[in-house]
Amino acid sequence: MATTDEPELVRELLAGKHRALARAITKIENRTPGYRDVVSALYPHTGDADVIGITGSPGSGKSTLVDKMAKTYRDRGLTVGVIAVDPSSPFTGGAVLGDRIRMSSTATDMDVFFRSMSARGSLGGLSTATADAVKALDAFGKDKIIIETVGAGQNEVDVVKTADTVAVLVPPSSGDDVQMLKAGILEIGDVFVVNKADLAGANQTVTELRNMLDLREGEEGDWEPEIAETVAKDGDGVDELLDVFQSHADWLDDSGRRAEKRHTRYAEELRNLLREDASELLEAEIEARGGIDDLVARIDAGETTPYELADDIVAPVADALGRDRHNG
Amino acid sequence: MSQDAQRNIRCLVAKVGLDGHDRGAHVITRAFRDAGFEVIYSGLHKAPEEIVQATVQEDVDVLGISILSGAHNTLVPKIIEGLEEYDAFDDTLLIVGGIIPEEDRPGLEEEGVDAVFGPGTPMEETIEFVRENVKRRD
Repeated sequence: MATTDEPELVRELLAGKHRALARAITKIENRTPGYRDVVSALYPHTGDADVIGITGSPGSGKSTLVDKMAKTYRDRGLTVGVIAVDPSSPFTGGAVLGDRIRMSSTATDMDVFFRSMSARGSLGGLSTATADAVKALDAFGKDKIIIETVGAGQNEVDVVKTADTVAVLVPPSSGDDVQMLKAGILEIGDVFVVNKADLAGANQTVTELRNMLDLREGEEGDWEPEIAETVAKDGDGVDELLDVFQSHADWLDDSGRRAEKRHTRYAEELRNLLREDASELLEAEIEARGGIDDLVARIDAGETTPYELADDIVAPVADALGRDRHNG
Repeated sequence: MSQDAQRNIRCLVAKVGLDGHDRGAHVITRAFRDAGFEVIYSGLHKAPEEIVQATVQEDVDVLGISILSGAHNTLVPKIIEGLEEYDAFDDTLLIVGGIIPEEDRPGLEEEGVDAVFGPGTPMEETIEFVRENVKRRD
């Protein structure tokens, strides 16, 4: 791998320059030309950090919990990286990234590197950018990396694939046990955190979660999801929660699942890169044919259909790869 | 083409020091968001070191400091000093808003502030200024 001709930015990052780390993440986010060389050069230096994903509905207390987690890790002498994702406007692309406000416990401590990321409305792109930003933090030498997700919607599931351990925050009284049965976010948790455990309804929520988890049919040797209770604003239960994360990390190592996860993740990354490259080639082809508006005008006029056009545009690619495209 | 499209102007709107009013900061945050910027808001009562930390880590193109307390002559230079320490001063556009007496402006600009926007400045003017003066990076 590119160890001899690492980009300057990567050399500075590895030397511990915060500015270089920040700049590398920007490059990754913006897909600036050359960003792939940067990520590629980071690869050999990654793999030492524990990556923890924190997800849950808006208002469940993710940011406050992340703040207290970072503080507790620092008290234990560990360094921390945080990536917090906030939504962006589908209309202007603008965003208010507001989670940093809650990082008061570690203010001015540069060994907590907190970075806000906007979802930028991109399909799949966010998870690639997040995964690459995690690599930058990992290569920089952070012991623990926390990813805090937007807190709404299905793309959470994508983002948490980047994490070794996934914690789902479930606020008290967040619905009856039918909500717990629904597919989606509750299936991705390794740890369930009933935050705001001092509020009424917390016990009920813990019971419902436990019932839901009892119904799971896991395989022999699977991780049994744990339930933790915290009051993030006071820091209650955070120490215990970090111990649960640690036991999950140990389990990943002992069971060989960490290696498996990494394998799956590399496959996913490769697919994403290929998808990105392919769609860029196709974008260029669309431009070469007069742009999307011109093409659509022909559909408007009833001359053709999106299906015919798509076939037409992809045909040369399929030919070049020497494949017969099956009709689908 | 598709690569340029991914670039967003990132901005930190910062309240530094002791004043407790952030309505103006909220309004500009919202206006920047609607202009398509990514805005990080610092929250109230931040120390200069916290603003420096956020500016460096978030790698913002623009740092907008809102001060109503009159302490701009001490706080702003401290922030500039901190940014220089992390090599983050030269390519960050630095703007100041709030109550800044006319006679203090030349001093701030000499320190390295790119523009001062007083009360009543139309939002579009500030947004235009940012768009035109944001420092290009590779």
